[in-house]
Amino acid sequence: MSETAQFRAKAEAEAARLPPLLARAEHLAGTVLLGEHGRRRPGMGDDFWQYRPVQPGDELRQIDWRRSGRSDTQYLRQTEWQIAQSVTIWVDGAASMRFSSDPGNPDIPEKAERARVLALALAILLNRAGERVGLAGTDLPPRRGEPQIERLAQGLSSDDAADYGKPDTNGMLAHGRALFVSDFLGSIEGVRDALTTAADRGVQGIVYQVLDPEEEMFSSFRGRTIFKSMGDTLTHETLKASDLKVRYLERLDQRKYELEELCRRTGWLFGRHTTSNSAQEALQWLYHAFDGEYRG
Amino acid sequence: MSLGPIGFAAPWLLIALAALPVLWIILRAVPPSPIQKRFPGVALLIGLDDDDSVTDRTPWWLLMLRMLAVAAVIVGLAGPILNPQTAVEETSGDPLLIVLDGSWASARDWPEQADLLDGLLAEANRAARSVALLQLSNPEPPVFQTADTLRNRLAGLSPDAWSPTAGFMTDAQDLLPDGPFETRWFSDGLSREGRTDLLAALNARGSVTVHESAVPVIALTPPVIEDGDIVLTAIRAGTGASREIVIEAHGRDPSGSIVLLANLPLTFEADATEATGVLSLPAELRARLTRFEVAGQRHAGAVTLTDDSLKRREVALIAGREDREGLELLSPLHYLRQALEPSAEILNGSLTDVLPANPDVVVLADVATLSEAEGAALLDWVDRGGMLLRFAGSRLAASDVSRTEEHPLMPVRLRAGGRSVGGAMSWGEPKTLAPFTEQSPFFGLDVPEDVTVSAQVMAQPDPTLADRVIAQLSDGTPLITRKRIGAGQVVLFHVTANAEWSTLPLSGLFVQLLERLAVSSAIDLPTLEELAGTTWQPVQVLTGFGNLEDAGTLPGVDGARFLEDTIGPDFHPGLYEGPDRRLALNVLMTGDRIAPVAWPATTTVVGLDRPSETPLGGWLLAAAMLLLAVDVFASLALSGRLAPMRAARASGTTAAMVALALVFVPAMSGAQQDDGTDKALHAVSEVVLAHVITGDKAVDDAALAGLRGLGETLFFRTSVEPSDPDSVNLETDELSVYPFLYWPITENQPIPSDEAYLKLNEYLRTGGMILFDTRDANVAGFGASSPNGRKLQRLAAPLDVPPLEPIPPDHVLTRTFYLLQDFPGRHTGRSVWVEAAPPDAEQVEGMPFRNLNDNVTPVVIGGNDWASAWAMDSRGNPLFPVGRGFAGERQRELAFRFGVNLVMHVLTGNYKSDQVHVPALLDRLGQ
Repeated sequence: MSETAQFRAKAEAEAARLPPLLARAEHLAGTVLLGEHGRRRPGMGDDFWQYRPVQPGDELRQIDWRRSGRSDTQYLRQTEWQIAQSVTIWVDGAASMRFSSDPGNPDIPEKAERARVLALALAILLNRAGERVGLAGTDLPPRRGEPQIERLAQGLSSDDAADYGKPDTNGMLAHGRALFVSDFLGSIEGVRDALTTAADRGVQGIVYQVLDPEEEMFSSFRGRTIFKSMGDTLTHETLKASDLKVRYLERLDQRKYELEELCRRTGWLFGRHTTSNSAQEALQWLYHAFDGEYRG
Repeated sequence: MSLGPIGFAAPWLLIALAALPVLWIILRAVPPSPIQKRFPGVALLIGLDDDDSVTDRTPWWLLMLRMLAVAAVIVGLAGPILNPQTAVEETSGDPLLIVLDGSWASARDWPEQADLLDGLLAEANRAARSVALLQLSNPEPPVFQTADTLRNRLAGLSPDAWSPTAGFMTDAQDLLPDGPFETRWFSDGLSREGRTDLLAALNARGSVTVHESAVPVIALTPPVIEDGDIVLTAIRAGTGASREIVIEAHGRDPSGSIVLLANLPLTFEADATEATGVLSLPAELRARLTRFEVAGQRHAGAVTLTDDSLKRREVALIAGREDREGLELLSPLHYLRQALEPSAEILNGSLTDVLPANPDVVVLADVATLSEAEGAALLDWVDRGGMLLRFAGSRLAASDVSRTEEHPLMPVRLRAGGRSVGGAMSWGEPKTLAPFTEQSPFFGLDVPEDVTVSAQVMAQPDPTLADRVIAQLSDGTPLITRKRIGAGQVVLFHVTANAEWSTLPLSGLFVQLLERLAVSSAIDLPTLEELAGTTWQPVQVLTGFGNLEDAGTLPGVDGARFLEDTIGPDFHPGLYEGPDRRLALNVLMTGDRIAPVAWPATTTVVGLDRPSETPLGGWLLAAAMLLLAVDVFASLALSGRLAPMRAARASGTTAAMVALALVFVPAMSGAQQDDGTDKALHAVSEVVLAHVITGDKAVDDAALAGLRGLGETLFFRTSVEPSDPDSVNLETDELSVYPFLYWPITENQPIPSDEAYLKLNEYLRTGGMILFDTRDANVAGFGASSPNGRKLQRLAAPLDVPPLEPIPPDHVLTRTFYLLQDFPGRHTGRSVWVEAAPPDAEQVEGMPFRNLNDNVTPVVIGGNDWASAWAMDSRGNPLFPVGRGFAGERQRELAFRFGVNLVMHVLTGNYKSDQVHVPALLDRLGQ
């Protein structure tokens, strides 16, 4: 009994976090107006496409009686064909994402928070456009509909204990689309493996790197400093932190270059975002990237 | 032990300085401690080695700082003293005579003199010399006594407000005791008759040392009025480099207390002994002046008191017809009042009432006949020096006054009927003024082109007429005439005092004419004849330090002394009250000059300074503390803990820095004020909803949560994106920054103060809206029988609330965002009350609603406990249950919609009443 109650309490606490995430994501998604997504040909879909005279082989119940009543021939009502794609999202939940250089400042949220809001907002938009969205891993395969968004929000809210995350390619549907959001500060091998696997399965997508402004600038460190990773697994001591700046930035650029190179070879798209910038801008980029605007 | 002017109380401590190099080596070896930072990018840092280990050691400048601090402590503890007094002055055994000038000029340096005197007496006491004292401004026979006895009397000595005259000097010379004695003369530095003789007499009895300040005395002579401005002249004893001083003009503020009214900077040019400046003040201000003072001088000579000569004239205005019903601009006295108000005191009332007040001027505007008693009293008053100013007008023109023979209170005889020129029924152009002749008191004033006269009363040609005309028209007819009666005069303007007959009262010339006629300018000083035989009673007297003291029982003085005598012990400077006015007697007269003493070359002249011991230990220790404080910051900065302000916003570092800053800047204590300003600033920079604090915590919390919920709803549904709501204290907070106030009513909330109601009414008048919520579902209807309803009535009674009515179905609140017909909260009470529609509002055929009020309704009153329905916690979960099941959620939704509509109404006003939207709304309403 007590175990059940405990579990219930935990679940309530978890669930309480959902509405804000969902709400923020909805609010963010509300800023993007959907454009044209139809395939410009008759097929399965919601929107009206054309009336077509009845041909042999058409079922009687497909006839649009209202239209047909106005003339002598019978007509069918056809809707526009809308293709649904499967999109698999992986958001890094590792400890390194729970970093914010200025925790009190709402303008610089934790990387994880920004990444989740962006991913969920994108999921909402894709869902509205009729795509199927799911999470990497086997728990939440791509599906459509409003309840899926709730499940996505729940799935995205879970934290990972590891210090640095590694993209998960499980459950990725062949020839689907994918989105990896992380800071990609951990080992590059994991990313390489994941992208290669994905490319093998014909999956294409976006590698989206979310970084804190402090990670981009390395500007507030001076003097003798011991750097610790968020999970305490890595430490580095220096006597003059300001001297490290140039070399750190070189390495960061190197990392970005590697990622970009990797994406280029596998046909993926590489995007970057700093948490001090507006989430809206990032969402626009992501949405259009999925729409194929930046592709070639 | 001493080094130059510095001696040490404990010189052995200085040996500790030798230990400093050792300390250097120890400190240098200890590196600053590291700080720990969490940083995900550490993965990229692994393997990056430091180039060198320079900062391993403490930098040399930090070491230097610490060394200096330690050295300062060591030296400070060794007890350094500047100017240690070791040598005792050589003294002879002779008695000591102390001569004080004791005049107003000594007052400035009196504290220094007293210190020096005290030191002298202390020395004399040690040397067992007897001492006597002679104050020249009030000479009394000097008696040699022990220095201690005299020292006790020192506190009672003060400088006098007058100077020792030659007579006093001779007296003092006669009083000098025989026998050898040493003299110390504390001079005020001003040259005076008899000084040389006294010096010779003193020299004959022993050595004389003069103590005198090297800084020349600066004094102020009484102000002179020139062209309506106050001319102030400061003088100084002796020439020198150029110097700037400030003259302060003190006077009464409207509440009667003495304040600084004006400042006048003056500059003594190099080698000039005199500095003059002009102070131009509005007459009102001038009349309130009580004294001028040279800033920072603090003696009676630097103060000059003002008397009635700066006072305003009293003018009695009397009009023939007081038709208050008529237009203000037609009032015969309007222009006179406008012209005189800035410069004169205006008396109102009937002639018999104002005459006993002895006004300076009586103005009769179009008064034709006076009763016999009035005429006699007026004539008597004019005879005694009054000035009667008359204006013509239709009544005077129609009357028989001064027709056949000259009326005593008219300057000329008048022709019957007067004349009018340039009118609709007459020939000719309106006449202009001729230039003023040399005999006229108005000579020199420019005549504006646009002053025209279209009607006037005409003077009968008389032998005396030519002498009495002081202004005439371009065709030679008299416009202003004057006659002297005894000491006074009668002046007649042949036109009205308003703009009916001429444009004269509209022009600036009118004011100038009044000024020239001394209606609005100052009084002259009394002459000797006037003063002779009168007795003046001192009211307040000046002390030597330039302060005013009550005169007490000082006897009155003869008026003639004011012009002949010099001030002295029986003729104090100060304010005197005479038969009908006040006179100020100042230390210096206009034109007085002061000059420095020329002491013979053989006399020893010493300054007033005495080198005094200054212990330096405290300063050095304070410097050490300061250095250590700097060291704290330097160390923090060096180890990276003194993060940039942006990053350290809420961290403990800031708190520590603020604490340190507070230690060193104790004057920074405005923290409490900042609180309110921050709140207002927050409210100004965003849309902020607010509720009134009731004092009941549960209600206040619910209201705040409700506004938060409403804010969230607005944020997601509309383009209104409010910030966090505020709680507003009606007494202390600024209301105007909030567009909307939610006021839940509780039974025992306090009634706001009158000031708070002022603010609330101002708020309501300037477009604010208050939502009153009795929170009792309006069970009793909108009336008196529910406790909260009664409280609401009492709370709202002093508010400026328009007539109310239950919200009509076509009110703009029903459609500002959502289309609503009822307004539930947590309860679904019946009526919500808003500002009543104007009675003439009618529904136009074809329109769905009336064109109602143009404004936002200032109050909305209801009892549906909306805040509870809106209330959300920080995660967006509702705090209070509403209704049951789905119907309840629907009710909550409607409550939110009402809130959205309300805020939209506040922010957009009657926008939705705009007829542009009628077709669209019609379309929707039809469904």
